[in-house]
Amino acid sequence: MYETTYYRASSVSDATSKLAGTEDGKFLAGGQTLVPTMKQRLAAPSDLIDVSGIEALRSISVDGGVVTVGASCTHAQVAGSGDVATAIPALAALAGGIGDPAVRARGTIGGSIANNDPAADYPAACLGLGATIVTDSREIPADDFFVGMFETALEEGEMITAVKFPKAAKAGYAKFPNPASRYAMVGVLAAQAADGVRVAVTGAGNDGVFRHGALETALGADWSAAATEGVTTDAGDMLADIHGSAEYRAHLVAVIAGRAVDNS
Amino acid sequence: MTKISMTVNGKARSVDVPDNTLLVDYIRENLRLTGTHVGCDTSQCGACVVHVDGQAVKSCTMLAAAAQGAEVTTIEGVAAGKDDLHPMQTAFKENHGLQCGFCTPGMIMTATDMVKRYKEAGKTLDEDAIREELEGNICRCTGYHNIVKSIADGASKMA
Amino acid sequence: MTDQGIGARVLRKEDKRFITGKGKYTDDIIEPNQAYAAFVRSPHAHANVKSIDASAAEAMEGVEAVLNGHQLTGDGIGNIICGWGITSKDGSPMNMGAWSALATDKVRYVGDAVAVVIADSKAQAQAAAEAVIVEYDVLPATSNVLATLKDGAPQIHENAPGNLIFDWEIGNKDETDAALATAHHKTTMDITNNRLSPNPMEPRSAVATFNEADDHYTLYTTSQNPHVARLVLSAFYNVAPEHKLRVIAPDVGGGFGAKIYIYPEEIVCLWASMKTNRSVKWTSTRSEAFLTDAHGRDHVSTATMGFDKDNNIVGFKINTKANLGAYMSLFSSSVPTYLYATLLSGQYNIANVYCDVQTYYTNTVPVDAYRGAGRPEAAYLIERVMETAARELGVDPGELRRQNFVTQFPHQTPVIMAYDSGDFAGNLDEAKAAADVAGFPARKAEAASRGKLRGLGYSNYIEACGIAPSAAVGSLGAGVGLWESAEVRVNPVGTIEILTGSHSHGQGHETTFAQLVSERFDLPTENIQIVHGDTDKVQFGMGTYGSRSGAVGMSAISKALDKVEAKVKKIAAHVLEASEDDIIIEGGEVKVKGTDKAMGWHEVGLSAYTAHNLPEGMEPGLKEGAFYDPTNFTFPAGCYICEVEVDPATGVTEIVQFTASDDFGTIINPMIVEGQVHGGITQGIGQAMMEHAVYDEGGQLLSGSYMDYCMPRADDVPNYTVSHHSTVCPGNPLGMKGCGEAGAIGSPPAVINAITDAIGNNNLHMPATPSRVWAAIQQVSAAHAAE
Repeated sequence: MYETTYYRASSVSDATSKLAGTEDGKFLAGGQTLVPTMKQRLAAPSDLIDVSGIEALRSISVDGGVVTVGASCTHAQVAGSGDVATAIPALAALAGGIGDPAVRARGTIGGSIANNDPAADYPAACLGLGATIVTDSREIPADDFFVGMFETALEEGEMITAVKFPKAAKAGYAKFPNPASRYAMVGVLAAQAADGVRVAVTGAGNDGVFRHGALETALGADWSAAATEGVTTDAGDMLADIHGSAEYRAHLVAVIAGRAVDNS
Repeated sequence: MTKISMTVNGKARSVDVPDNTLLVDYIRENLRLTGTHVGCDTSQCGACVVHVDGQAVKSCTMLAAAAQGAEVTTIEGVAAGKDDLHPMQTAFKENHGLQCGFCTPGMIMTATDMVKRYKEAGKTLDEDAIREELEGNICRCTGYHNIVKSIADGASKMA
Repeated sequence: MTDQGIGARVLRKEDKRFITGKGKYTDDIIEPNQAYAAFVRSPHAHANVKSIDASAAEAMEGVEAVLNGHQLTGDGIGNIICGWGITSKDGSPMNMGAWSALATDKVRYVGDAVAVVIADSKAQAQAAAEAVIVEYDVLPATSNVLATLKDGAPQIHENAPGNLIFDWEIGNKDETDAALATAHHKTTMDITNNRLSPNPMEPRSAVATFNEADDHYTLYTTSQNPHVARLVLSAFYNVAPEHKLRVIAPDVGGGFGAKIYIYPEEIVCLWASMKTNRSVKWTSTRSEAFLTDAHGRDHVSTATMGFDKDNNIVGFKINTKANLGAYMSLFSSSVPTYLYATLLSGQYNIANVYCDVQTYYTNTVPVDAYRGAGRPEAAYLIERVMETAARELGVDPGELRRQNFVTQFPHQTPVIMAYDSGDFAGNLDEAKAAADVAGFPARKAEAASRGKLRGLGYSNYIEACGIAPSAAVGSLGAGVGLWESAEVRVNPVGTIEILTGSHSHGQGHETTFAQLVSERFDLPTENIQIVHGDTDKVQFGMGTYGSRSGAVGMSAISKALDKVEAKVKKIAAHVLEASEDDIIIEGGEVKVKGTDKAMGWHEVGLSAYTAHNLPEGMEPGLKEGAFYDPTNFTFPAGCYICEVEVDPATGVTEIVQFTASDDFGTIINPMIVEGQVHGGITQGIGQAMMEHAVYDEGGQLLSGSYMDYCMPRADDVPNYTVSHHSTVCPGNPLGMKGCGEAGAIGSPPAVINAITDAIGNNNLHMPATPSRVWAAIQQVSAAHAAE
């Protein structure tokens, strides 16, 4: 790991102003992605601004139809939250399936979506549930937030403070894990959201998480696993690697979407 | 260099280390507690699992600086007293839950954490649950058969 | 009698230090004045090294030295050897390319080391290694056997035209061809044995210390055979004379073959310690392990088995092409030859067997023995062919095997081996009963009602352990003898130390070896200490691999115990004024049978050392050594039955039941043996369904971490049903056969036979990942649609 300077931020403004003064600093939350990347010498931030201790970012609240999850909430915290389980059970289940227990104890929602790993679970939750990403300066609809693989709409120095998830009439998540890494090879969140059925697919696409129009149409007409059968996905848009061809992933999208519906 | 202080196995420890020091290196190299192991570099094998403030974490994926002020427990500190074994340690021995021993400390730390969490949540830790909970711990020797038995036995011993 | 003797489920003596974090592995060791090594490795699979500029690195803080291959060879450090010479069909010796621990002019695989940095800290060493500028002239590369065979494939070693290392054969070609020509039915298959990375959980590590004052070296290393390491480091690599080199393999976190070999890093650490006059430590990262630990398997074969009209096998002919990587590792040549093709008669009576094997260099890390080493490749081949033949012939796969089983022993196969014992039908029956094969059709129907495809597959494996009769392996090209040594030291207080040349890295020798002594002298195991892994303590030994520590290592102990027992009886007979023949050892005493005359076991020890009252002419002391050289291989065998359910929508396979009936001969500790079987089966399931070391065509490793190399996890595998149906091995004093590798050898064909049975498509290669299984199901669907 390259040398770095660590700083534990006490508040959001402390974190953003501190980062602004660094040469090439990065926010550090649970570190479950950033630390391994640094260990592999694939990232060399001059400074790490640790936001995991900011108390204001660690709460979960339910207000009417919206569940607000602080950016530094761990996956274990979201998975174990009674409020989340009651309001949006699919979100609790998704969080409970990220990584392994030790990863869930440290990894945070803010860190996960800021990184926008194409195989991460949370981007599917955000996009599928039509969440709003709250930063220190603005609110960004999920539809605008995930720009591409490892790319988001976040500006330099902008910090995620919370994610607002609207309750869905029904929502389900299902994941087909990569056998080796256990990240999502295909993860689908399907929801009956306020603006209609939303289906977000993570893990499979060659440009990160995406919404699946054909599945949204099919499930909008008939909310059942059977409705996903025969809905095709363009293999040209899928990732391919030693674990599976693009055709296999394209096939799995509809299968896993059906299971997401079953889980709703 | 920054002075990083934490309580490890009940003892206050304080060491000047570079900011990029991983918790596992702080434990192994600075404190010379070598029961915590490193088996991979992608946070998957779990040989490095320790408890930080009562939660199982991968010490290879956490900076020592992030554990400033924390209560850390390693395999060397799980037993009640110097000559005691933790019930989970006993269970691993009695069920032949280890062979080469390299993954064992991480397995035991993960096991005690899962038993505690399941108990707190009022959930049943059956064989399927144990296998699922072990997703982040890789063993190459045992085929897991006896590890799963050990954890089930350890859980009943911890009751 | 103690209840800790042969056959007892004694809990392991070594466990306490491992469960309390007190194990002492190589990376746990820190020497005074210790520096750290970091290697500069080639990012290219094949390139000429044009220049190495270390000036920036040398100027960095904490850097002690940057050393390269020219300096290494200039200091007379020898090239890395292959210890088993194979002769080609035409009588020519194998084409062995030179392998320097640090490459000089050319690199041949990604990870080939060209320089090493020695620095005060790990971080400094790593940073400086990045600052070493190596200029490469990149060459085309080849990463697999089939690509290597193409015209214009890159030439990797000058002395190996076409990258061919050797073209070897075994068996009788003409008779086999003739038998197959008259066969009533022939089954022909193309079979690939997928390349694997061994992955012991403890990465390799070395701590080397040169003591200038004594002109002496000490090496702590993650080795399965520290004595072999010392011999080779001394005799071939000229690192230090043998009497000036101490090699210690302390607690070692698994080996599975990967820690047999003496790797470049150990050589370089020793040499660098001398160059810098500091202790030098190197510990592999997992990423380095994937790049540099010897891989296993990687065979491509075509096999034809012929049957007469009564379904008796008449001949078996195999061609195998094996990838040995960029250089020939220590035992690489023996794996696809004598450890493989000699087992191609399987459990069956086959009059005619012929196999020829071509081995090739490729631009990949060297390939050598990995748990089973050749025998899994043989078992997979035979058992896939047998299952397929049964399907083609329309007969029950278990019964086709049964009618062809060898039933008379000894049995000479056409491929060297002389099987000494076994009851193959007994294992088949036991496994079938335990697996409730009779109830399978009902289970399959029930699974179908849930939309799942259920299948069942057999594997009746045989392997060869107890490696090996020294003269026999010597005649076949081995550079070493494969005996084992032991020393039994009875202390004056009667406690016992057993010094063994076997090495335990998870096998539980500290317990099982003590049980052997407990059985012999009726002493509690806590009074017995096993000493291993240190060349200063144990005089010599060949180490642990090939499931040899029981059959060979314990036989050596047994022989030494014979001598101790004889001397004890002589002393007791003298002191108690009785005949030696009347002396019995029991309950901590040495007694005169049928009388109340006795002395304590410890009193005999004390008598031996005080020497006040010994028989005339007897030397004082109570310490005996023995070397045991086996007279034959041993032949563990068994029957594995795997039952799977496949989800046709995703191709995901679940192993719903796995049943093993093994014949390991005498079992010392059933608990430990079962553990070996569980672990072996899991590695076999890993090979069958998950694991694959994959290089792209340019020689870049695509499965370079646990993100892409799929290790079996707890929720990938079931609980196992393991039982034993044993016949005693007549070849060694304890009747043992060996159990360490059987699980990994026997399980892959059972798994693939089960999956192919479930999906109705035999065209499936390992690893049968969900993606591949799904694709195979699509083939069946497409074929049905076309009909």
